[in-house]
Amino acid sequence: MASITEIRSWRFALVGTPNSGKTALFNALTGSRQKVANYPGVTVERKTGTFQTLSGHRIDLFDLPGTYSLRGRSPDEEVTRDVVLGRFATETQPDLLLCVADATNLRVALRLVTELKRAGRPMLLVLNMIDIARRRGIEIDLAKLEGELGIPVVTSTAVRRGGTEELLRRLDDLASHGAGEASENRWSAPTAADLRAAQREADRVIKAAVSEPARPDTLTGRVDAVLLHPVAGLIILLAVLFVMFQGVFAWAQPLMDLISGGFDALGTLVHDMLPDGLLQSFIQKGVIAGVGSVIVFLPQIMILFLFILLLEDLGYMARAAFLMDRIMGGAGLHGRAFIPLLSSFACAIPGIMATRVIDNRRDRLTTIMVAPLMTCSARIPVYTLIIGAFVPDRTVWGIVGLQGLVMFGLYAIGIFSALAASFVANHFFWRESATPPFMLELPDYKLPQLRSVAMALYARVMMFLKRAGTTIFSMMVVIWFLASFPRPPAGATEPAIDYSLASIIGRWIEPALSPIGFNWQISVALIPGMAAREVSVASLGTIYAIGGGDEATAQIGQALAGNWSLATALAFLAWFIFAPQCASTLAVIRRETGGWRWMFITFFYMLALAYLAAFITFRIATALGWG
Amino acid sequence: MNDDHKSNGNAPICLGETPRGFSGMIEAIVVTGDHNGVPAAEIERRLLELGFVEGARVEVLHEGPIASDPIAVRVDNNTIALRRREAMSIFVA
Repeated sequence: MASITEIRSWRFALVGTPNSGKTALFNALTGSRQKVANYPGVTVERKTGTFQTLSGHRIDLFDLPGTYSLRGRSPDEEVTRDVVLGRFATETQPDLLLCVADATNLRVALRLVTELKRAGRPMLLVLNMIDIARRRGIEIDLAKLEGELGIPVVTSTAVRRGGTEELLRRLDDLASHGAGEASENRWSAPTAADLRAAQREADRVIKAAVSEPARPDTLTGRVDAVLLHPVAGLIILLAVLFVMFQGVFAWAQPLMDLISGGFDALGTLVHDMLPDGLLQSFIQKGVIAGVGSVIVFLPQIMILFLFILLLEDLGYMARAAFLMDRIMGGAGLHGRAFIPLLSSFACAIPGIMATRVIDNRRDRLTTIMVAPLMTCSARIPVYTLIIGAFVPDRTVWGIVGLQGLVMFGLYAIGIFSALAASFVANHFFWRESATPPFMLELPDYKLPQLRSVAMALYARVMMFLKRAGTTIFSMMVVIWFLASFPRPPAGATEPAIDYSLASIIGRWIEPALSPIGFNWQISVALIPGMAAREVSVASLGTIYAIGGGDEATAQIGQALAGNWSLATALAFLAWFIFAPQCASTLAVIRRETGGWRWMFITFFYMLALAYLAAFITFRIATALGWG
Repeated sequence: MNDDHKSNGNAPICLGETPRGFSGMIEAIVVTGDHNGVPAAEIERRLLELGFVEGARVEVLHEGPIASDPIAVRVDNNTIALRRREAMSIFVA
């Protein structure tokens, strides 16, 4: 006979509107015991975590994408609907819906509760951010709220230690005594009349159970008076972006010096320990120099992601979308596209995945196609290397570093081309002049939580290191092999690399790329660079290191400065603004658009732009005498 | 600064035409025609889902930098950004 205290495991799901603090609650409950995967057939993140209740019941918790309704207007929202209604063949329906509501903003949340109740699943309403609500003098009669809604209600403060105790006790109770019986599913997509009725019902419940003095968050209001100011707001937005890019360069430098010094020392150590020959060359020039030349950019990538995560948690991203809506609208982009495009500065892959919040298919496709034009962090190694080698390190206008300025210029060109490309797509492709509606909640500002920012940053860093350890490493091995074999014949007069496969391949492609100023070394480095942009840098390092036959690995920058003309360097930069050199991005585009077509369109239009830009840059630079 | 335009029996005006600082109550949501491919019924449901419902108190808090568009509107305790074009469907007094 099963006793009621029997230990068993449960599946609970978190449902709520965007900005309800759902994810903070998920982090508070599950801590680091989280797993992120994809739902089958769609690319929506399936976030699960486990925790144990006080008496030892295991709970598998699902963090479902935020939604205002179960209607499912975007792929994200469809997942929430299908999990709640049990339509996923591979997912069992959750035993309990934990409906998360921002306690300071109950109107919209309770309307969603009214709709969710129709699905017939057992429910628990969690009034999150209760501390803020209390501070603002909002009094909620929990017993009355439970009575009116007919479901249990519990309060929590996800971001404070001990803020989930009450919730955990309640969950333990439900896990021990049963989460409640499911009833018949009576849900159907609500019509406008249904929504009005649900809102009336929610307002009635609020009137009965909540005494709400109309006192909005005055701090958010005061901050917004400045940050959303038509002039000051835009200036601040630009300043934030500028500080972000200067920060990426200035603050990361000491750490980068440390890392590159460490890899150099390691390379020298290996060089001294191993006998001269192939193995020594492979370990030192192939493995250590190759992987090191990519890992050295970790500090910059961390700073960039840190900025983006902080701005997101602060609530500033929605403000940026507000400020940019009309400006982007002029280019035919949706205000909501701003967040995916800004994320694309870190990496186009999360950026493209973030376009799932855009419900209109055309808008989404346009955003996906231009996202890879935003300067992602993988271009940082390429840009830094070339700028470091060719742009003098001096100060202009008293305070601005010339190198930082060139970098900012490259970012600006990326942004401008993304806007221009979407303008062209809208006017000549879709033949539309305006974009569909933009409606977005501007959440109250919140201090970012150290813990959740740290967790998200850690996940990004691991992703980067994993890439460096797998994709980039294997490409480095290939490049080293191509550059080292076949060995030169006895009595060869030219450098060894001139007899290698790399040289043969490079010289074969060179005619196609020589009009844009690329030599055979660049030509061959571009091939492994298809796996990831930063590999091109590492490949160039390997090719020049082996070609030069130096004792220790030469600094790549110095090698380039000695071998390239300024015109070639500039053409190389222009190429990398546009080149579709990232297999993972192309794979994500294929997956997100559900076919090869858009992937090929993106690939070829970017390739054409890259060639054209490099060609024009090279010709102009040569004409200016920089050839 | 604008004073409160309280309900005064005048014909309702569109929220999309009100300046920053306007505050009032929603009288009706009437969406006409489709908005760049999004049907009227869908726009209506989206507005309703964000809390724009008859009887809700609204206040125009901020205006965007170009052509004073979009606008940030406080709907009871929630702040929503939307374009003036969609706000034309919200009649206030």
